[in-house]
Amino acid sequence: MNGSGQESTHRTIERVARESYGRLVAYLCAHTRDVASAEDALSNALLAALTAWPQDGVPQNPEAWLLTAARRSFIDLVRHRQVVEASEPTLLLLQEPPKELTLSLEFPDERLKLLFVCAHPAIDPAMHTPLMLQTVLGLDAASIAHAFLLSPTTMGQRLVRAKTKIRRGGIQFEVPQERELPQRLDAVLEAIYAAFGIGWDDMAGTDQRGRELADEAIWLGRVLLQLMPREAEVQGLLALMLHCEARRTARRGREGCYVPLSEQDSRQWSLPLIEAAERHLVEASSRGRAGRFQLEAAIQSVHAERARSGRTEWTAITLFYEQLIRISPTLGTRTGYAAAVGEANGPLAGLAVLDGIEPVAVSAYQPYWAVRAHFLQMLGRSAEAVDAFDRAIGLAEDPAVRKFLIQRRG
Amino acid sequence: MQFALLIYEAPEAFAARNSDGTDPYTGAWRAYHKALVESGAYLAGDPLEVPETGTTVRLEQGKRRVQDGPFADTKEQLGGFIIMELPSLDAALDWAARCPTAATGAVEVRPLAPAAKHRIT
Repeated sequence: MNGSGQESTHRTIERVARESYGRLVAYLCAHTRDVASAEDALSNALLAALTAWPQDGVPQNPEAWLLTAARRSFIDLVRHRQVVEASEPTLLLLQEPPKELTLSLEFPDERLKLLFVCAHPAIDPAMHTPLMLQTVLGLDAASIAHAFLLSPTTMGQRLVRAKTKIRRGGIQFEVPQERELPQRLDAVLEAIYAAFGIGWDDMAGTDQRGRELADEAIWLGRVLLQLMPREAEVQGLLALMLHCEARRTARRGREGCYVPLSEQDSRQWSLPLIEAAERHLVEASSRGRAGRFQLEAAIQSVHAERARSGRTEWTAITLFYEQLIRISPTLGTRTGYAAAVGEANGPLAGLAVLDGIEPVAVSAYQPYWAVRAHFLQMLGRSAEAVDAFDRAIGLAEDPAVRKFLIQRRG
Repeated sequence: MQFALLIYEAPEAFAARNSDGTDPYTGAWRAYHKALVESGAYLAGDPLEVPETGTTVRLEQGKRRVQDGPFADTKEQLGGFIIMELPSLDAALDWAARCPTAATGAVEVRPLAPAAKHRIT
């Protein structure tokens, strides 16, 4: 086979791997709960594909081919791990020759169960997102570690520990019952949103960790929506992420300098993404079950409106924030509310909201100090403003944000 | 838990020490130090003189071997340290990431070893 043919085979393998990874892992481990073996089996299968497909050509149904190869390797692996007794019936089931499988793709999509397992309350919340990125999307420990500011070894160990817990800890592979669904779904949504990265929305937006995972998070959001098409909050989360994503290029000016939302050139925002976000948000609202992510998406929707009207309806934003604070009074929400109040009713009003937040909570919270500095500067209280700017600069992680704030401080 | 931030600076960062103090790097450091102190995590710390002022001593077969310059011959050199009291490594890594030198050099986070200290004190 010539070079370009080989290249396209590699691309096919990459594409199939990306699209099928989570489905195959979820299917393989749904009964044995052995996530690690399922992943190993699938990498063996992908490795085999890299040798076989360039020679024999890409099979008609690549996913079925991978499943067959992975299944074979999986059975060996699980046997080696000596958990045979418990899972023997399942293994026999898996072993049945999948004649029809090579023709059609009739295996159940267990990814939803896998997502709920990854965000199970018995698993350390800090590991929910990394587990999803690895088991559903196939990201390696090193790239996950990078986004989470951890060493690859530490991340690798924590992932192994979490998977052992899934295998041995009696965590069920199932979609939670109606009764626990809202809470359990919340954990799944939180984990996806954490992958997207925080700090996109407010003027101070600083935390750039996880930014490189934004695409992966949107992918996870789409998978979840495909699996739970009727959940308003799932659609709300997707709308929120798409709104923020629409502004990605506008967030950086010439030479990579930081541009706060209120100063972004709205012509640089992606209209197709904004429209997609709006469609999801409208559909979500039609279900009549408001929630945190829909409210956050609604705030972003008001910001996006500037592309059409040329102005920002800050009063509308404060109203959404008031609802949001009622269900999710986080430091981020309260700071965002203060910023909106300041824009709507003047810096003194905004400052009053900030003063209502207990000082010990904000000692290392960068956006609070950036917003505070902004208001103090508007009020002409220079000495206090410089002080707040210094705190914001000192807490900033993104060099571009740091530079921006140093310029503003003067 | 107590952690040390070991701050490894590039030659340009050491050179910035000769500036009048209005350069962005020094400004960022001033702000960082203030934020760290105000947060309550700061215990101690100091910058070190430039690497060329270092002298390395070894005793080989009873004889002093004194070498002009720092111990390690690397581009980034230890430029200072900070000792912090924090609840977890994750919190220490956050502070390391905020350190202005993290963008131009490197910042190593190491827990202090109180058990090892007890053995010798």
